Amino acid sequence: MTEPSSPYSATSETGQTFKRRGRWERMKIALKKAPWSARLGMFVVFIYFFTAIFAPMIAPYGEAQVFPEPFAIWSAEHLLGTDQIGRDVFTRIIYGARNSMGIALVTTLLSFFIGGGLGLVAAIDRHWVDQGLSRMVDVLMAIPSLIFALMLLSIFGSSALNLILIIAVLDSTRVYRLTRAVAINVAVMDYVEVARLRGDGLGWIMRREILPNIMPPLVAEFGIRFCFVFLMIAALSFLGVGIQPPTADWGSMVRENASLIQFAKYDLKAAITPLLPAGAIAVLTVAVNFIVDWFLHQTSGLRDGR
Amino acid sequence: MEDKTNGGGRGQILLEMKDIHIEGFSDETWHPMIKGVDLTLRRGEVLGLIGESGAGKSTLGKAAMGYTQPGCRLTGGSIMFDGMDLTRISRAQSKALWGTRIAYVAQSAAASFNPAHRLIDQTIRAANRARLRPEEDSRADAVELYTKLQLAAPETIGQRYPHQVSGGQLQRIMTAMAMSPRPDLIIFDEPTTALDVTTQVEVLSAMRSIVDEFDTAAIYITHDLAVVSQMADVIKVLRHGEEIEEAATTQMLTAPEEPYTKSLWSVRALEKPEETSADTILSVENIEAAYGATKVLNDVTIKVPRGRTVAVVGESGSGKSTVARVICGLLPQSRGQVSFNGQALPPALKDRSIDQLRRVQMIYQSADTAMNPRQTVGEIIGRPLEFYQGLTGSARDRRVIEMLKMIELDERFFDRLPSELSGGQKQRICIARALAAEPDLIICDEVTSALDQIVQEGILKLLLKLQKDLGISYLFITHDIAVVKAISDEIVVMYQGEVVEQGPKNQILEPPHPAYTDLLLSSVPQMDPNWLSNLLEEREAAVK
Repeated sequence: MTEPSSPYSATSETGQTFKRRGRWERMKIALKKAPWSARLGMFVVFIYFFTAIFAPMIAPYGEAQVFPEPFAIWSAEHLLGTDQIGRDVFTRIIYGARNSMGIALVTTLLSFFIGGGLGLVAAIDRHWVDQGLSRMVDVLMAIPSLIFALMLLSIFGSSALNLILIIAVLDSTRVYRLTRAVAINVAVMDYVEVARLRGDGLGWIMRREILPNIMPPLVAEFGIRFCFVFLMIAALSFLGVGIQPPTADWGSMVRENASLIQFAKYDLKAAITPLLPAGAIAVLTVAVNFIVDWFLHQTSGLRDGR
Repeated sequence: MEDKTNGGGRGQILLEMKDIHIEGFSDETWHPMIKGVDLTLRRGEVLGLIGESGAGKSTLGKAAMGYTQPGCRLTGGSIMFDGMDLTRISRAQSKALWGTRIAYVAQSAAASFNPAHRLIDQTIRAANRARLRPEEDSRADAVELYTKLQLAAPETIGQRYPHQVSGGQLQRIMTAMAMSPRPDLIIFDEPTTALDVTTQVEVLSAMRSIVDEFDTAAIYITHDLAVVSQMADVIKVLRHGEEIEEAATTQMLTAPEEPYTKSLWSVRALEKPEETSADTILSVENIEAAYGATKVLNDVTIKVPRGRTVAVVGESGSGKSTVARVICGLLPQSRGQVSFNGQALPPALKDRSIDQLRRVQMIYQSADTAMNPRQTVGEIIGRPLEFYQGLTGSARDRRVIEMLKMIELDERFFDRLPSELSGGQKQRICIARALAAEPDLIICDEVTSALDQIVQEGILKLLLKLQKDLGISYLFITHDIAVVKAISDEIVVMYQGEVVEQGPKNQILEPPHPAYTDLLLSSVPQMDPNWLSNLLEEREAAVK
């Protein structure tokens, strides 16, 4: 390009030393280096999803099948006994994974769709759209969400659809706040300005310029929100306005068999029975948090000095 | 430590680094960063370390303190500092040395001060911690140092907090902080790179006089040759972690031996012959603009001739970037008019047509933030092609490769992400993205100031070639006079939101100048070791 003696040429100039790896290869390396807690978390989540998907094949009986003996003790026939009207507890825990997790997943996805979309719009258009949305979200957040959900569910009736919609809207406020906060940092970058100067529309800037750059915190948040939604559904079910019988659900299972705890001095196994669905919820929450912690650590650049 | 003095006499060896090897960790493996460099520094001597970014000069500078940053490790060599091997002493021993006998002045003073403490408390902290002398004496000494560093109001400036002083003042206070415990060695790591030329002169002269006065040994790290030649007795050139050559400053400037060093020297010789054109493509007339209530532009009028380059110069805060924002429509003006091809442009971005947007493109100072880190080169360059020309699929990809060839890269870069490119390559991709729109005018906002000299030269030559081939006009915003000489036909000098003067390059660069132009031009470091001394003498004479 210049005189031949010049040692500079644009192509020979090396960037950082790098080896280009595919997405799969990078994932494999990351997995290999994952700490035990993350591996355990992934294993547990995998088991849960496996159970949820193949529930009818794994479960020994039907979801709402009633046996003659209520409150049966643990036996070979009824692995974890039966509940107050004689349904197999083990079967219902397996089906519960399907119902509780399915609804929680759909709800979380919906809340991210609403909250994430509006958060991005607010971050790009910093004027009245941002003001309007943010104040509305403030109002929603000012009311304790469990009480608010209880109220709305008793107004609209507790069908699965209402449950999903109400919790998704209430939860989307948190997603909105996070998305807006991280997207604002990206929205001031020069490349977003380049896109605006080019004449690109809002949709392009949201999807192509900003979203890919804020994925890591959103994915991490997804894991945490999934847990919260899950707990909220369980809590609502426990209070009687969540998932309705005969659909099996971990929250309502705790409520229905709660009275068994009093019999701990006579039969320890019977007393444990209502705690099993609660334990299932706890284990899933811990497992998801293990994964999220690891993922956040990976993507946030929080590394210990080597 | 009590009897620590600068004793031992000038000329005695203070620091001797032998066969230093440092590795850095990235991409799952260790890569060599410094490959066997020797360095000898005598008491009272200033050594200049120069090289492009990634040459390892900062890493080597830090190693002189016996320190390697996280992600790096020392794999070989010895560092003898005043009879101690810094590679063998304990962490506690090195901590006792740092800040008291070896001090470090970083590039960003703003990031190095704790915003919650008063400046004077931070200045004397190292001396206090080591209990060198009573605190009262240290405070008095700090005020004396402030005076020596020509800080305004030396008695009271220490009572302020870091955000209450300017960047140039902060950099000098940082030098005072380093000097307070009277160290044997100071490492200056690009201390003036972030400053304006006019401020740089003041800071440089203050630093030089204080280093001279206390006879402190120093390592001065920079990529600016003209600056280093003012400071250093000896210059060492590094490249890719290896020493290219080392020589006394005058010898290095007059007779560099290695071809690489020569090429570094040649950059500043680039100069475009001035051409004029009567046909105006862009005219900015009597513009006023404000950020909220703060008025930043006042009655600005600039004309850009077709196919020519107009350089807008001025220090930071002069409003030169704001002019670019007004022309692009990002900041609608409150008064005045921007005409393009004889047609008035609507002030707000959203009122402009796609064709109007296409004709004016912008290239940014920092190519890092101007490219989406999650898009490949192909997507980045392909988007304007798709958007303006409606090219898709293989037609688009073919055109992208043509664009890559135009900027002297090739199709191997098509699938790369910005993080896999060097600084110069990134800026080239940004140029290609602007070109892809087939614009009439490109606004270049400090496009070369983040780059090394040799890469700068490549970018400037590319821009000149593109202008010749495609007849594009440039509005070139910069504070670097060497760049102005290299690329411009006309010059606009701005100061505090107003145009000081506009005219053909030679006319502006030839005296007589208005006072501000004179200050700006004379502050640009020259490749002459006596430049700073001469300049200071001249300025003093002018005051008297």
